Amino acid sequence: MTFRDLLSESGVVVVAGSGGVGKTSSAAAVAIGAATQLDRKVLVMTIDPARRLADSLGLDSVGNHPVEVDLTRVAATSNGRLHAVMLDTKQSWDELVSRHAPDAKTSEKIFRNPLYRSITERFVQSHDYIAMERLYSFHKEGDFDLIVIDTPPAAHAVDFLEAPSRMADFFDSKLLKFLVAPSRSTWMSVTSKPFLQIADRLLGRNLLEEMSEFFTLLESMRPGFIERAMEVQRLLAAETTSFVTVTTLEPAPRAEAMALMEELARRGLHSRGLVLNRLLPSYLTSVSAIDAARSVGHDSAETARRVGETSVALKGKEELVEQVLNELSANFDRFASLARHENEQRRGLESASLAVAAVPWFESDLHDVEGLLRLSEKIWQ
Amino acid sequence: MTPLLRRKLVVVTGKGGTGKTTIAAALAKLAAQQGSRVLLCEIDKTGDVARCFDSTYLGFEPREVEPGLFVMSMDTEKALQEYLQLNLKLPFVLRMGPFSKAFDFVATAAPGVREILTMGKLCWDVKREFYDIVIVDAPSTGHVIAQLASADSIGELVSVGPLVGQTAWMREILRDPNRTGVVVTTTPEETPVSETLDLVTSLRVDTGSPLAAVVVNRVLPELFVRDEIAVFDELEANRMLLEGMEGFVAHDSDAIFDAAVLASTLRRTQVEHMDRLQQIDLPLVFVPQSFGDGSPSSVLSEASLSLAAELDQ
Repeated sequence: MTFRDLLSESGVVVVAGSGGVGKTSSAAAVAIGAATQLDRKVLVMTIDPARRLADSLGLDSVGNHPVEVDLTRVAATSNGRLHAVMLDTKQSWDELVSRHAPDAKTSEKIFRNPLYRSITERFVQSHDYIAMERLYSFHKEGDFDLIVIDTPPAAHAVDFLEAPSRMADFFDSKLLKFLVAPSRSTWMSVTSKPFLQIADRLLGRNLLEEMSEFFTLLESMRPGFIERAMEVQRLLAAETTSFVTVTTLEPAPRAEAMALMEELARRGLHSRGLVLNRLLPSYLTSVSAIDAARSVGHDSAETARRVGETSVALKGKEELVEQVLNELSANFDRFASLARHENEQRRGLESASLAVAAVPWFESDLHDVEGLLRLSEKIWQ
Repeated sequence: MTPLLRRKLVVVTGKGGTGKTTIAAALAKLAAQQGSRVLLCEIDKTGDVARCFDSTYLGFEPREVEPGLFVMSMDTEKALQEYLQLNLKLPFVLRMGPFSKAFDFVATAAPGVREILTMGKLCWDVKREFYDIVIVDAPSTGHVIAQLASADSIGELVSVGPLVGQTAWMREILRDPNRTGVVVTTTPEETPVSETLDLVTSLRVDTGSPLAAVVVNRVLPELFVRDEIAVFDELEANRMLLEGMEGFVAHDSDAIFDAAVLASTLRRTQVEHMDRLQQIDLPLVFVPQSFGDGSPSSVLSEASLSLAAELDQ
């Protein structure tokens, strides 16, 4: 499969991977490629952009509403269009609450509860849930042929997959019922007393009361949240939803990428693409080049002498020439070693069913739309 | 100013992918080699820290992986259990099952609970002085602010209860430059350096924790120095000169020169980003790129050797 195939046949592309591997740039590059090469109307969603990326896309403010990226400078003949949106978790939660609450009074109460802000900001999966939720709502609105979503960085790249089901579980759980009305919960009655004792002594009655009120309010929104969570799960599993894993070949991100792709397969989700970033050039693994570099070092004294005979500019500098030749040799050896490890890391990641893009070192730091386009060309090759 | 490895608590943080875990482990190795009894703790339960020592251990109980070097993974629920047993003399009720789930949700919902339990556990290990030094592989960037500020901010929402009263002693440790030091790791690349500059500002503004140093990881060597540069430029511009001489045949010749140009360009870009770090008023420690076999333990050995030289300890 090629990226061209992947992008023409998908309605949603989820870009995942560890932090620090160039995920956000890759998502933007994939999106810009689909817009310019396939003439599609594309939306790229990012929740954690580097400032530079935002600048390069022409986004200067965080907001939930898509902004069009000017492509005329780079692809005047294309009919494709690119919009970008940077998700604001806080705003998104407010909109979610307003949508699901039974009435304005309830949403007001929630907004005023001191725990609301902290729960929605610090809840570990909060960004992930919002990203998935917003993906679903843009998809449903149907304004775009393709949505490319950049996932938030997390300790484990697979975390974002859990978010919708955790939300559904949470609302459906006996625990929520317990938190709402501990005295009436029979399930927890055996253990509830010590737990409450401890919580009370540690945290104070105030906090427990606030939590109880908050979860009572939240309960009224349960049907909406659960249904939504199910719909998001369905969208992620759809045939037209493709997952693209981004990684470098350093051991830690590579292991995360491997675990992610295995998890995707295990869940029956469509892992169709792999972007390998910051690769070293292939000449570093050429056997003849490695041998040649060795002999350069081995015979540097003799070569330096001959250079002194044939070059006017370098006559008299034989010692320096020898040093330079030795350094050329040592440098090649060092980088060849890095490239060898890189190739070892690569094995096991690639497979016949994946569209693989190998992106050399350099294309990763991007400053503008032209840079993103260059990166997307690497992905298309 | 107390030298870094003579302090009691060193918190290592930084953007994901900059070698934070390696540096934390290297500092621990160095401290152990100097005769200290070291507790090396990872906050995110990944097992990466133990892997640096060829171990697959992922437990809360410290395990000795090298003489005097103990590793552990933070588990806030177990930290709470330990706290309760030690301080509140409450019955041992906290096995798995219902309490686990209840704790999980409360800890997630109530702000700062996980953070305070984490910092409390670490400060407790500092206080009891079983270890000479506690080194922490902290979450990257954003989360670490919450960790270090937890002793201050817990009071905002939790107005009553012994937990608040318990935090003054933690604040004392966390703010004392003779006992605590925060180390920020980065690589000499655009986004990591930008985030480092932001993180240092946040740490200074939002927490009282003393910043000790910025460790710049994976620094490439300067390929040519002084007069060598002109000679290289001359050879590179006139590659034909070497044609036919030992090692310099066609494609291979180009590969060898291109590799040198690549190395120089990469190094030059790195230098630009390292220069941006000069604006922070903190010691910069440089750790070279490892060119060895790439295994966690060899990378670790190299890192601790260069840290030893740089920290002059």
